Amino acid sequence: MKAPAFSYARPSRLADVLALLERHGDDARLLAGGQTLMATLNMRLSEPALLIDMQSVTELKGLQVSGKMLRIGAMVTHSEIEASILVAQHAPLLTLAAPHIAHRAIRNLGTFGGSIAYGDPAAEWPACLLALDGVVVARSLAGERRIAACDFFTGLYATALAANEVIVACEIPLAPADQRVAFDELARRHGDYAVVGLAASAQWTQGKLDQVRLAWLGTGHMPLRSIATEQVLQGQRLSDPLLALAVLTLRNELQTEADLTHSAAAKQHLAGVMLRRCLKALAAPAAATV
Amino acid sequence: MNEPQDTDDLSTAAQTVSVTVNGMRTQHNVLPRTHLIDFLREDLGLKGSHLGCEHGVCGACTVRLDGQIVRGCLVLAVQTDGRQVETIEGLSDSGSIRDLQQAFIRHNALQCGFCTSGMLMAATELLQTKPQARREEVREWMSGNYCRCTGYQAIVDAICEVLAARESARHAGAAA
Repeated sequence: MKAPAFSYARPSRLADVLALLERHGDDARLLAGGQTLMATLNMRLSEPALLIDMQSVTELKGLQVSGKMLRIGAMVTHSEIEASILVAQHAPLLTLAAPHIAHRAIRNLGTFGGSIAYGDPAAEWPACLLALDGVVVARSLAGERRIAACDFFTGLYATALAANEVIVACEIPLAPADQRVAFDELARRHGDYAVVGLAASAQWTQGKLDQVRLAWLGTGHMPLRSIATEQVLQGQRLSDPLLALAVLTLRNELQTEADLTHSAAAKQHLAGVMLRRCLKALAAPAAATV
Repeated sequence: MNEPQDTDDLSTAAQTVSVTVNGMRTQHNVLPRTHLIDFLREDLGLKGSHLGCEHGVCGACTVRLDGQIVRGCLVLAVQTDGRQVETIEGLSDSGSIRDLQQAFIRHNALQCGFCTSGMLMAATELLQTKPQARREEVREWMSGNYCRCTGYQAIVDAICEVLAARESARHAGAAA
């Protein structure tokens, strides 16, 4: 199908984006990489009066280390993250996850900020941001505020972002030397949305797991951590009995929801498989490349 | 021209787009709702880029924007103002993928041909960015492009053959 009629603006300053957004409210839609928005426009699931294209706003671009955080500009593309040495060094979980996002042609345009703002429960970046205790930096004409990832995703495609706010960047604490990460997902075709996926990070202190973060994608209506399972693993050495206990705890904890192709029970089972794989990868001495 | 204006923020009228397509600068008035493929096919008469699913799944509309492959159906024509677009017509005429095209023919990697321009665009970026890709990587890379005729084996065979041929040519060049 063809998109409905709308107006289009391409401001080059963030202040102009914010002013347009303030003026038009719900009638306006921000266009970041457009890799979700354009599809919904073509299918007429979305009919905004105005698209505000942010491609020319340089304030939203670029990756840099700022203090103890890696700052990822909202308009940084998936391909840029995939290729970034800075990301590989300071947030290696993102480097592992990037190749799972859609396909090359989509990664070349799709953006980090766009993915976070959309909050798709089956997308990779929201789960990664949760697993790494990331922060969303949002700005409106009233000023800037920081929202922790754990407070940002509030429901199905719902976030804490106000209607007049724009994500300008996300910040991720620099990976400490003893951080271990793993990422894996199951999809029917490589690059499709995850049936079940897991973004995992932990500190590896003298052979024991510490500060375990398990963030799930594709399992329910929003990206979610499994806190009880994390606690079972806290301070423990990885062993077969511990793996079994973790999977059992996860089965009781994780509320999976069916999608078009997989029942809730199938997802429940597959989540256990993902958990085993990712924990074994965390325990592997080299960088955990699942 | 795309700067916001207080008076007429919400006009859905055509906007002027100045874009370089296959090396030629062109200027057109385009409705904001028109995506890049409709613009290329209907306004510029470049019919080599195909429109399949029109929501980013099939890859038949793959073109290059500023040197990188994109889904043409997920880009608005107005977004390309001031930028570079390359289609299969330009890529083919450049002669730079003659080996890839010949390999596609040799391996029977196309039947109806609907997906072929997108396949060639996607494979070209693979050849450039991952010249030592393994077969499994080729399959992953090309997973974004649907073919309903060939069953993919022949397409992957053709790309792997070009990867190997270009690699040995590089070695021969380095040794000479």
